Amino acid sequence: MTELLRVEGVTKAYPGVVANADVSFAIREGEVHALLGENGAGKSTLVKMIYGLVRPDHGRMWLRGQDYAPQEPREARAAGVGMVFQHFSLFEALSVAENVALGMESPPRLGDLAARIRQVSEEYGLPLDPSRMVGDLSAGERQRVEIIRCLLQDPRLLIMDEPTSVLTPQEVEILFQTLRQLAAEGTAILYISHKLEEIRALCDTATILRRGRVVATCIPRDRSAREMAELMVGAVLTPPERHGRPAGEVALEVAGLSVASPIPFGTALKDVGFSVTRSEVLGIAGVAGNGQDELLLALSGELKAPRDAVRIAGRGVGDQGPNARRALGLVAAPEERLGHAAAPDMSLVENALLSGMVRKRLVRRGFIDWGATRAFAQAIVAAFDVRTPGTFVAARALSGGNLQKFVVGRELSQEPSVIVINQPTWGVDASAAAAIRQAILDCAAAGAAVVVISQDLDELLEIADRFSALNEGRMSPPRPTQGLTIEEIGLMMGGAHGMEVAHHAHA
Amino acid sequence: MLMLEKRPSPSRFWNWATPVLAVVLTMLAGGLMFALLGKSPTEAIRTIFWDPLFGEFAWYFRGQLLVKAGPLILIAVGLSLGFRAGIWNIGAEGQYIMGAIFGAAAGLALYPADSRLIFPLMVVAGAFGGWLWAMIPAILRTRFRTNEILVSLLLVYVAQSILASMALGALRNPDGGGFPGSRNLSQWASSANPELIAGTGMHWGVVAAMAAVIAAHVLLQRHILGFHIRLAGQAPRAARFAGVSPGRLVLLCMGISGGLAGLAGMFEVTGPAGQIQIDFASGYGFTAIIVAFLGRLNPVGILLAGLLMALTYVGGDNAATNLGLPAASIQAFQGMLLFFLLALDLLSNYRIRLTRKEAA
Amino acid sequence: MDLLGGINPAVLVASLMMASVPIIFAAIGELVVEKSGVLNLGVEGMMIIGAICGFAVAVETGSPVLGFVGGALGGATLSLIFALLTQFLMANQVATGLALTLFGLGLSSLIGQGYVGVKPPPVDRLDLGPLSDLPVLGTILFHHDLMVYLSIAAVVAVWAVMHHTRAGLVLRAVGENHDAAHALGYHVIRIRVLAILFGGAMAGLGGAYLSLIRVPQWTDGITSGAGWIALAIVVFAGWRPGRVLLGAYLFGGITVLQLNLQAAGARIPVQYLSMSPYLITILVLVIMSADRRRIASAPASLGRTFHASR
Repeated sequence: MTELLRVEGVTKAYPGVVANADVSFAIREGEVHALLGENGAGKSTLVKMIYGLVRPDHGRMWLRGQDYAPQEPREARAAGVGMVFQHFSLFEALSVAENVALGMESPPRLGDLAARIRQVSEEYGLPLDPSRMVGDLSAGERQRVEIIRCLLQDPRLLIMDEPTSVLTPQEVEILFQTLRQLAAEGTAILYISHKLEEIRALCDTATILRRGRVVATCIPRDRSAREMAELMVGAVLTPPERHGRPAGEVALEVAGLSVASPIPFGTALKDVGFSVTRSEVLGIAGVAGNGQDELLLALSGELKAPRDAVRIAGRGVGDQGPNARRALGLVAAPEERLGHAAAPDMSLVENALLSGMVRKRLVRRGFIDWGATRAFAQAIVAAFDVRTPGTFVAARALSGGNLQKFVVGRELSQEPSVIVINQPTWGVDASAAAAIRQAILDCAAAGAAVVVISQDLDELLEIADRFSALNEGRMSPPRPTQGLTIEEIGLMMGGAHGMEVAHHAHA
Repeated sequence: MLMLEKRPSPSRFWNWATPVLAVVLTMLAGGLMFALLGKSPTEAIRTIFWDPLFGEFAWYFRGQLLVKAGPLILIAVGLSLGFRAGIWNIGAEGQYIMGAIFGAAAGLALYPADSRLIFPLMVVAGAFGGWLWAMIPAILRTRFRTNEILVSLLLVYVAQSILASMALGALRNPDGGGFPGSRNLSQWASSANPELIAGTGMHWGVVAAMAAVIAAHVLLQRHILGFHIRLAGQAPRAARFAGVSPGRLVLLCMGISGGLAGLAGMFEVTGPAGQIQIDFASGYGFTAIIVAFLGRLNPVGILLAGLLMALTYVGGDNAATNLGLPAASIQAFQGMLLFFLLALDLLSNYRIRLTRKEAA
Repeated sequence: MDLLGGINPAVLVASLMMASVPIIFAAIGELVVEKSGVLNLGVEGMMIIGAICGFAVAVETGSPVLGFVGGALGGATLSLIFALLTQFLMANQVATGLALTLFGLGLSSLIGQGYVGVKPPPVDRLDLGPLSDLPVLGTILFHHDLMVYLSIAAVVAVWAVMHHTRAGLVLRAVGENHDAAHALGYHVIRIRVLAILFGGAMAGLGGAYLSLIRVPQWTDGITSGAGWIALAIVVFAGWRPGRVLLGAYLFGGITVLQLNLQAAGARIPVQYLSMSPYLITILVLVIMSADRRRIASAPASLGRTFHASR
């Protein structure tokens, strides 16, 4: 196979960070090439340079032997490079066809385009209705829009940025078939991920990045996941330890919880019910957008429900706000760190006050005890190893992992009886993720009931005693984690969401 | 090539330096504007900014300074709380008018009784009038999610019509020979809001403004409510997470700003203005928006900004009589000040870097 | 025909079409601005600058056509300040819009000093021959100046561009999700600046219509809230061009009706009549915003600052 893209000595620095340092690698035609690395290893910056969104400081690229230096995505697309984004570049209030048209250089009339979308989507087993509003589609369907948008332009190179984070295991399998079919037709695929098993299943070659540098190139099938993980992280990781076993009385009880979503194009919760006992960890899986955010809001008190739909230690609190629930021992950590769990422009001290005021008694007769608040913030920083110049800095100045440690630490240091946490380690590097998981397990061992909502199946299997999944706002009955197979989990998450296997006849 | 880079934390230095720089730039641009109007820029600037404080007739102007600054500060302090919370009450002018009408009406209903209780009663009525007028957009926003910017602003025009109808109808002075306008409240001992210290311009409205500055300062620095107001403005979702009810906050902020604007109107009608008149509304409610921003939505800053803005009013009058500068030029001047301030705000949150054109 | 105290309905409809012209121009311009994701609250300021610039140019040159061009240029120039502040210096859009209004009101009265009491050159009604002589229909439809027809044409043109061209699609996309539009390689800032300039020019045109035809003379504060009503009508219209026309005619109708009632000596005091357009605008706003679906149709990036980082 001939070489398609060659990247040589590419460097890109931002003030304070070197995102990529002297990166070199090559992709052949029809090859599935993995770009592997932790969060912050420089994968995204690298592909943005290939797609023309960012220009390198140094280094060169060649596409099919020609000098390749795209000034903007338009040029990249014209040269045959397509990209499917991790956070979708879609417009919710526009139709599928309009979304596709926006990603094309010279789209045909909308009517003709709709026909082509139907044709290509059938060909690759990705059924899609061109007239539907994107805001009404599931995460998996949205990804199909992105993929089809790329395919309509006959790309030579397709870049996929963490595509499986929004899919059920069954959907992942179908996506892989589509990608293998594309590769067989000669399209090269640059596949970005940090999930090792996926890469071993799909990719021909892998380039591993750590802190902006290429640390290894290997053939994934010949390496064990553990070997690659250690190359990626640069250290040997120890899985978290479990102490206690669930035994206590019921701490949190949810029954018949049905609420409309306050988020535009959100998912309503439909008759959700479960209970968690002290010292127990309940894991709730699900593809993004199936009601996870709404469930957190309904449990934290930001979204109100009938009184008895949510009960803490037997007391109905469904109609109570967050502070009333905190007073009863429930703490929550939302997924979105900046803007929801923390105010970006406020200092860590002020952010400590944000959710700590009730349980840590930081406010007396309406007046704030800044001394005690400062001490609380310093205690969090010390206990959870938050790397920061001090507690006076704004939350947005912290790195993702450090801020997550602060936010989770703030909740866990309030001696809670119930902990609700959404995506505890999203976008966090491996060592910080391990620390956060350990802290959650320690709280459970100390007697707290824990609800972990996560899209990371490995994480849930590691820490949850019982397992459940959200699918279109409905929750499956929780089952003990031990003994669950990946197929069973996939079905709980909604199976293949109506996808079908590609049935394209090879030419 | 100039590049903007977001600062990790907002710069404290620039937060305070930008208003000063904005004033300097406005003086330069204003001088240019005056030059275009055929006036000597240096003389115009001196007439507006220097003479009222240190010129021959400073003894008169200095008194006027507090008279103008009082209502501006009182209204701006209230507005700043809402602005910080992302609640845009821009109809303070209407609330100011309604405060004056309610205050005056409460007093005139008891005319010509002689009691020390009448003035306090009028103060309460004035605050109530402004509060009531602000509650309309507040309740519409919380109940029907109607945009409070548009409603509060449209209500200014309604308030102006009510003012005219009051001056010509219900509140017209029965002994006024048919001329529009109410009885003179400043000449009736029970309702008068007199100058408290001769020559200073200090009246009860100025006292109220100082009290509002101090109260707002304590609220924002030490009270949980002030923290919630700041939080709601910076990160609305985080505010909900902290247990803040957005609807309650709207009612509260609109209510405070309406009440303070009503108070300002009431003190004005019983003091410097003296009576309900068709042309009673003088634009304080709008200028107070500039004062609030110029003072960085900070009570102490608003105090300084209010004094500065009062100076441009007083100096503008001075320039109008001495140089024949049109009165409207002061308004344009104030608008320009706000532009410069908003433009320079960039420096608090971003760092400007000079980079060479990126290599391909 | 005497139900309304001697007011002829045909004349009423004809004059409501005239009364609505300034608001149609301003509102359709603002609709384009908001569709691109920018909230410019300075419509009132741009309108009044357009009013005085148009008036001054028409008086100085004696040409109403040049006057309208001047009005549009005046409004666009003022909006350029807004574009500079919000798109390049990332200033808060609400505050900047307010500043624009305050500055516009002051500057217009400064420029207008020398024009108080001056009569502008007259603008002829279009002579549509026999059509204008038709009974009722002629009065309603064919007895207007060119700008009345242009305002309707502007609404149709904006609708056609918005929904049937690629430029319109890109504009809506930018207003819907500026990060995604940027990721696809569209120039968010450039598109928004153009939209803001268009909005300014349209507001300026509307203002010039006020001072040159509707009033026609220069007085301080001539717009008396028309810009704010235009903003309200964009919300009322649910960001759809056709409904802008409907909303503007509704408002124009109320204005004309209350003016006629005033003239006919109705028993309601004048002040209560003159506040009625504002009260009804508020009422309509409330009804529209109580409808959740309509608010959901607002452009998703409306009022948010865009800064391309990394």
